[in-house]
Parts: sequence; C-alpha cells; structure tokens
Amino acid sequence: MKLAISIAGQTIDSPFDARFGRAESFCLVDSDTGAWTVHANPALSASGGAGVQAAQFVAKLGAQAVVSGAYGPKAYDTLSAGNIQRFLAPGNEARSGADILAAFRAGQLTEADGTTHGGHHGG
Amino acid sequence: MMQIVIASGKGGTGKTTVATSLAQVAAERGAVRFLDCDVEAPNAALFLHPVLETHRDVGIRVPRVDAQACTYCGKCAEVCQFHAIAVVGKKVLVFDDLCHGCGSCTWHCPEQAISEHLAVTGVIDSGTTPEGIAFAQGVMNVGQTMGVPILRELKQWTPATGDAPPSTSLRASGALEIRDAPPGASCPVVETMRGADFALLVTEPTPFGLHDLKQVAAIAHDLGIPAGVVINRDGIGDAAVGTWCADRGLPILLRIPMERRIAEAIASGQTLVDAVPDYRVGFQELLERIVAGVNP
Repeated sequence: MKLAISIAGQTIDSPFDARFGRAESFCLVDSDTGAWTVHANPALSASGGAGVQAAQFVAKLGAQAVVSGAYGPKAYDTLSAGNIQRFLAPGNEARSGADILAAFRAGQLTEADGTTHGGHHGG
Repeated sequence: MMQIVIASGKGGTGKTTVATSLAQVAAERGAVRFLDCDVEAPNAALFLHPVLETHRDVGIRVPRVDAQACTYCGKCAEVCQFHAIAVVGKKVLVFDDLCHGCGSCTWHCPEQAISEHLAVTGVIDSGTTPEGIAFAQGVMNVGQTMGVPILRELKQWTPATGDAPPSTSLRASGALEIRDAPPGASCPVVETMRGADFALLVTEPTPFGLHDLKQVAAIAHDLGIPAGVVINRDGIGDAAVGTWCADRGLPILLRIPMERRIAEAIASGQTLVDAVPDYRVGFQELLERIVAGVNP
C-alpha cells in the first residue's frame, strides 16, 4: 500500500510531523517494499485551505492512505472523497517516519473515524 | 460626488462620532449619502436614527458543478487561490466558507460545467434619516468572516427613487458621500477607503492611537488619498501625535477635547453637534476645509 506520512524533513528518518495541512513534507512510502520518496508540501505557506490543498496533493501522489496527527474537516472530507484512508499517530512522542512505517506494518495505528478538530478559517 | 472616508485604525477613537456629526452639518448644505461600512458592528444608525425600510440580502457567488458536464480535469481547483474547490478522483468538493467569489473557476472551466449561486453572508439595510440623509449599512451575518464582498455591494448602493429622484440631487454639486470605516487596518478598511477622495483619520493622543494612525495613514498614502487628522479626547496622553503629524505634513483639522458631557451625549444616542451645539461651527469649518482642499 502507498502510504503518505507527514514529516518535517527530507528523508524517512526525519521526525514525524503531527500536522497534516501544514506539514513540512510528505514521505510517500510503499509499505510492502519500503521504497520511499519525499515531497515538499505545497500547502505549507497557503493563506487558507491548507488541508484541502494538501489532501489533493497526496491524492495526486497516488497515496492510498495517510498517516498524520490530526485532520481538519475539509482535509478529512477531501481525503475521504479520494478514498484515501486516514490513520492517526500520536504526535507527542519523538518518532521518525521510519518508526511510523513500522507501527503501520505492526497494525498499531488507528483510523480516524471523523474530524479531529474544528478547522480554521482562511479569511 | 465627493467621497469622504472616516478611518482610525484603533477602535473607539471616535470615527462614528465624527462621521455622524460631519454628515449632519453636510446635510445643511447639500445632499448626503452615509454608508456605515463597519459590517461587523455597524452603529451609526444609533446616532442618525434612520428609518431602515429596505433590506437586501448580499453575499458571494459560489460555484456549483454540474456532475454531468464535469470531466474532472481539475482546472478549477488549480486556479482557485483559496483552495475552496477540490477535485479528487471523480469527485468535486466545494467549500463555500473558503470561497471569495472571485469567479476564476467558472471562467476557466473548459466544459462550462460551473454555475454560480448566491451564498448570503449579510444584508444591506437602507433608508433615510430625519434630516434627509440617505443612509445604508452593511451587516455581516454571525459566523461569517469576509466583510469585503458586503462592502463592495454597499459602495454600489444607490438610494431608491422617491418623490424627488435622489440620483439627481446626489449628482448635484456639493453632494457628499460619507463612509464610516471599520476599525483596524485590514482588508475591509482598505476596501472602504479605496476610491475615496479624502480620508479623515480620527485618533486619540495616546501611543496606541498613534501606532494605528500610522497604519491607516500609510494605507491612505498607498491608495493616493489625501488625508487629514482629527484628534479626539484631546488633552489626555501625550503630544506625540501632534509631533508625528507635523513631521509628516498631515494637517490636524479638528481637536475635540476630553469632556464628560460629550461622553454622556454619545451614550444617550445623540450626535456630538446635536448634544453640544458649540461644536457645530467646528464641524462646518472642518467640512469646508476638506471640500476646499479636494477636487473630486
């Protein structure tokens, strides 16, 4: 499965970034082979609608699932429309993208069953 | 028609106090149109007492996509600067609360699959005051965040034709439009000031008043609008506002001292010139100086 993990850095060993829309980058990794690439998040500096933009970005990358720490309502709806699974990983402990991949393979990640927070307005 | 905008930056410096009194003395010499542009909390009606008999819903035109005609090419999402429209797979999502109503998606859709529908974000109330001032205010609905589309509609407002066509009298020489701006220095303030012939900047002689005066003075400067200053609550604070205005060549057109009787009159819903007629001459002179210095 193609997994997009929100990270802060350039490699799979970079720290996990618990924010979705404002994550620095996404590590696109094949959970079967472990092959990975890193893609800068174009929504990082969006004035508004970052979640929507990031969701479309990971959809275009071909991700079938996302791992992040939180999903706002618009990101959740956009990922959902793209049939992209939304997994949650707690952001309060220092972990790398590789650790997240390991947790995913071990079946330790839970799926978000709804919006995790109320979202923000992009005045 | 000459357009005067009253702005301040800092809230509570006396924009509405100055705007309503200026409108009243202006109404003695010609037709006046008053626009309360503080769409988050309009309050000029509390002082001018218009009968607001007309109410019109306004808002932004949001896109709706015809699923039969859409090919999911994604052009609409690509051109949207606000990420208000998303195309993922064979689905199009529209987020009305992110939409600024710019129309780019409709314009760029190669299949003409997008139509626009009014999403109501506020209302424009209008009517006439007892002294014959044509009055309109924008009111943004609770929960909305974008005042600018309401302001654009408000600035286009023209009084309904009554017994004497107001359009004729407003075009007559000496006709004035007075816009009471919102506080702050963000987009709604810029939109309120845009296109005006003169910016009257109301401040108070305090560090906070001066800080925000600098911001609105910079907006007026960037928009190419001549400006002058009214110092309200004169006598409190320090002399820094006067010094800064002198350095910048900004004329101080009126000083209103800190007086308890003024505060009491405002609190009871009276305008300054109605409550304290001594100020009538001061406001008449203020208006004449603005009119004389501006060629609309």
